[in-house]
Amino acid sequence: MNNIQKIGLTLFVIGFTIWVATLSLGKYTLTEGILSDTVNVKKEHYDLLKAKAEPMFGKSYSTAFEFSNDFSKIQEEVNEELRKAEKDDQVIYDNYAFIVTKASSEGPITEHTFLWFWLSFGLAIVGALMYIFPNNRLLPGIKNDHIYHHPATSRGWIGILLGTFLIAFYVVLYFYPQYIVNWVLLVDPISEALNGGPASQWFLYGFLYTLCILIMGIRMIIKYRHSPYEQIRSVSVMFFQTSFAFIIPEILVRLNQPYFDFKNMWPLDYDFFFDFNLNELLSNGTLGLFMLVWGIALFVLAVPIFTYLYGKRWYCSWVCGCGGLAETLGDPHRQLSDKSMRAWKIERYMVHGVLAFAIIMTAFVLYTYFTGQSNIGPVSSYSVRAAYGFWIGALFSGIVGVGFYPLMGNRVWCRFGCPLAAYLGLVQRFKSRFRITTNGGQCISCGNCSTYCEMGIDVRAYAQKGQDIVRASCVGCGICSAVCPRGVLNLENADPHSRVMVAPEIMTGNDMPKIK
Amino acid sequence: MRHIVILGNGISGITAARHIRKHSDDRITVISSETEHFFSRTALMYIYMGHMKYEHTKPYEDYFWEKNRIELRQAWVSHFDFDNKSITLDEGTNVPTELTYDILILGVGSESNAFGWPGQDLEGVQGFYSFQDLEAMEANTEGIDRAVIVGGGLIGIEMAEMLLTRDIRVTMLVREEAYWNGVLPKEEAEMIGRHIREHGVDLRLETELEAIHDDNNREAALRVTSVTTKNGEQIDCQFVGLAVGVHPNVKQFSDTALETDKGILVNEFLETNIPDVYAIGDCVQHRNPLEDRKSVEQIWYTGRIMGETVARSICQTRTPYQPGVFFNSAKFMDIEYQTYGQVPAEAPEGIKSFYWEHPGGKIALRLNYREDNNTLTGINNFGMRLRHEVCEKWIKGKKSIGYVLSHFRDAHFDPEFFQRHEKSIVAAFNKHSPKHNVKLGGKAPFWERVWG
Ligand SMILES: Cc1cc2nc3c(=O)[nH]c(=O)nc-3n(C[C@H](O)[C@H](O)[C@H](O)COP(=O)(O)OP(=O)(O)OC[C@H]3O[C@@H](n4cnc5c(N)ncnc54)[C@H](O)[C@@H]3O)c2cc1C
Ligand code: SF4
Repeated sequence: MNNIQKIGLTLFVIGFTIWVATLSLGKYTLTEGILSDTVNVKKEHYDLLKAKAEPMFGKSYSTAFEFSNDFSKIQEEVNEELRKAEKDDQVIYDNYAFIVTKASSEGPITEHTFLWFWLSFGLAIVGALMYIFPNNRLLPGIKNDHIYHHPATSRGWIGILLGTFLIAFYVVLYFYPQYIVNWVLLVDPISEALNGGPASQWFLYGFLYTLCILIMGIRMIIKYRHSPYEQIRSVSVMFFQTSFAFIIPEILVRLNQPYFDFKNMWPLDYDFFFDFNLNELLSNGTLGLFMLVWGIALFVLAVPIFTYLYGKRWYCSWVCGCGGLAETLGDPHRQLSDKSMRAWKIERYMVHGVLAFAIIMTAFVLYTYFTGQSNIGPVSSYSVRAAYGFWIGALFSGIVGVGFYPLMGNRVWCRFGCPLAAYLGLVQRFKSRFRITTNGGQCISCGNCSTYCEMGIDVRAYAQKGQDIVRASCVGCGICSAVCPRGVLNLENADPHSRVMVAPEIMTGNDMPKIK
Repeated sequence: MRHIVILGNGISGITAARHIRKHSDDRITVISSETEHFFSRTALMYIYMGHMKYEHTKPYEDYFWEKNRIELRQAWVSHFDFDNKSITLDEGTNVPTELTYDILILGVGSESNAFGWPGQDLEGVQGFYSFQDLEAMEANTEGIDRAVIVGGGLIGIEMAEMLLTRDIRVTMLVREEAYWNGVLPKEEAEMIGRHIREHGVDLRLETELEAIHDDNNREAALRVTSVTTKNGEQIDCQFVGLAVGVHPNVKQFSDTALETDKGILVNEFLETNIPDVYAIGDCVQHRNPLEDRKSVEQIWYTGRIMGETVARSICQTRTPYQPGVFFNSAKFMDIEYQTYGQVPAEAPEGIKSFYWEHPGGKIALRLNYREDNNTLTGINNFGMRLRHEVCEKWIKGKKSIGYVLSHFRDAHFDPEFFQRHEKSIVAAFNKHSPKHNVKLGGKAPFWERVWG
């Protein structure tokens, strides 16, 4: 590490610390005005809430935590009374805690948003870049030195700390966004600029997500500058995240069009067929209709065609947002995936189980959509979709999927949970031109390829016996080929029948005759 | 059911065990004193550099052995009684165990060379071959900042690369006038030499080790503090890596009836002079080496092929050792190297040599071909990957240099989007040898057409 990198790391840590510290800045004071004007509280709820919230008016709280808890209690009390009075239909299900807390925050963040934005995000970004850029001076080539000596990349204390932070972040983001309103306030100006409205926690998430992909994407481009394949692939995920996933949907909203990510597809985008989405698309004229057809064409046509031609990598490591984060932010942790046979067995049950769950859940949803009936037999379609949203959408893809990067590798979600990856994988395994070719008898069984496979494929097991790697899970990131010191592995597309699916009896280089 | 005992759990012994298991129900015992499980020796450097941990270098999961009924014994074999088909195992306990065999396969590997230099037994002086050497190197290089590597070969450069990751300054003493010049032709040797220097290694050519010195501190254990070279230079250092080649591990057989010379002598069936005793891998010396093959070849894949061959002889039919066209590969820091066929340091009589180097100085190709009929005899490629099957087919099929170059795209094995060199290579060849006037065939990939 040279001096610039040391300064960079210091700036990053300072920026990050300030960012975390902004959560404790300012006070939270509820006023009648906030409840009535600033936030979208429905008229009928306003009256109910106002009566109970009166004691809170003007009282200032020093943390979002206490404030939002008190406010949630009020909402709970209102509902309690409604239930007692058997007015179940009036019970408030909207989550007002987040918007009310956000609107009630006042202090340095609201007064000097830009200053605090630069002190936190700004310093962290500058610091990260100062840390990353000097690696450009190293000679190009694989530089995986000390990965297993460093506590951040070998499940050491930094890795555990980082994992804990990520898990906590996702829990708060999904279930307690009211605690992080100050972070959301920091990105309000960006949200205003893009979509003309204030930021939600999801806007904050999208912003952070894109930022991570961009900065860590730059790191990828520098780290693998001897490999155009890795560089172009990194640029691709950076591009799709920034434009398709982040900016275009926000601009659509600004133009009063439906929020739509043109590269996200069912079944990863599991609520594509939910009634709210279908209704929104169908009520938005030609563009809405186009979006509906596009979304269906993606998984009906694009998946089989492109996966046949190039393997699932066309999506998983070139386009997908989850893949994009894994390939950039997650790259330092790719070696932590489990390569054991046991893990492979678990993976197959889990990922195909989730695919089945997604299909069944969607069938329920569509049944309800077309028939208007909420139950098939004793099972309510709403409880099925809620279960999916909670267990798969929130817990698995977010909390486990990203939170466990530093502990179980960067593709936990893609490998064990993503229903789209399962679908793409079936096509890749059974009907595709894609394979990783092994180069004759050159393998020295060193194990670099297996170690750095983020999907936990034991690449060496194939390479050392001269068998092509044809695996449903392979996302074609190309790192095995990059780290192989003997030039054994190559990602190739050719006639599906030319894939070497069974290890040859005798490998290239041995001239002893074959035995019939 | 025969009892097949395999001594050595390296690539040769383990390949034999696996293939014997595939084709028979015999009892198989594999013995090694080095580690409990088979690991990849070639990956030792990556453990030191932190790319991998020891467990990643094991090509098979630990359950594999029991599942395949391959018994593992971690023990040193201290005595061979070939007459009674019995060996003595020293397992670290006081009572040695006797083990009888029906068939014994010796895959005992190599040992590092040391040529009797004064001071070669000092602390901080070591070779690099075994897992124990790796542990020793960890201990020996802890907290030091100067090291000397003796020898300019494959293990020497690996040791240099390893030490650089610990911010240790490295001086490399190489006897030849260029790096690995005994094997690599001049241009390649010089290119790699430049690359070694670019990494900050103090590469001293035409320099030989004279002696290794200690600090004359008779109290403490004697540790290396400097070396002197034959030119009379003194170089201070706290570590000396001896990387001057390896020799078959045959000393242990000196008082037995097993015939050895440099290595354990075997016929083409890998049989030793003693019935039911085979030898495979690094420790072997072929009595009648095949054409274009050396009598002792210490390479990963030759060990593997011998293991495959001996397994077939034991389980199916008596089969001679028949490696195909020579090939090998290595990596010199950031530059990958592959070779196919014969590319000696000096092109012999009757062989022409075409060399192409990329202007960046890290990618190169050499094609050797016969002067009389233009058939390809060997390939050296650096910083560019070629397809083994294709190169083998060309050499075995005695394709002419013109054919090879016009079909050069077929051998391409670099990842997608990498810069393609076929055009420059063919253009350079046509300049080098205008009478051929080769035209490059095949189709350029779209990215080459895009970027020209
Ligand atoms: C650092 C390094 C890098 C290398 N890199 C490459 C490369 O890139 N490409 C390549 O082709 N080759 C490479 N090689 C060479 C390659 O590793 C060897 O050719 C190969 O490992 C030899 O395998 P083997 O099975 O013959 O013997 P070994 O792997 O040496 O196995 C022999 C085993 O037998 C044990 N043994 C011996 N005697 C006894 C006894 N009496 N009792 C108990 N156990 C005993 C030894 O302890 C040892 O474990 C490299 C070697 C080294 C050291
Ligand atoms: S990285 Fe290359 S040489 Fe090493 S095990 Fe994998 S394929 Fe074989």
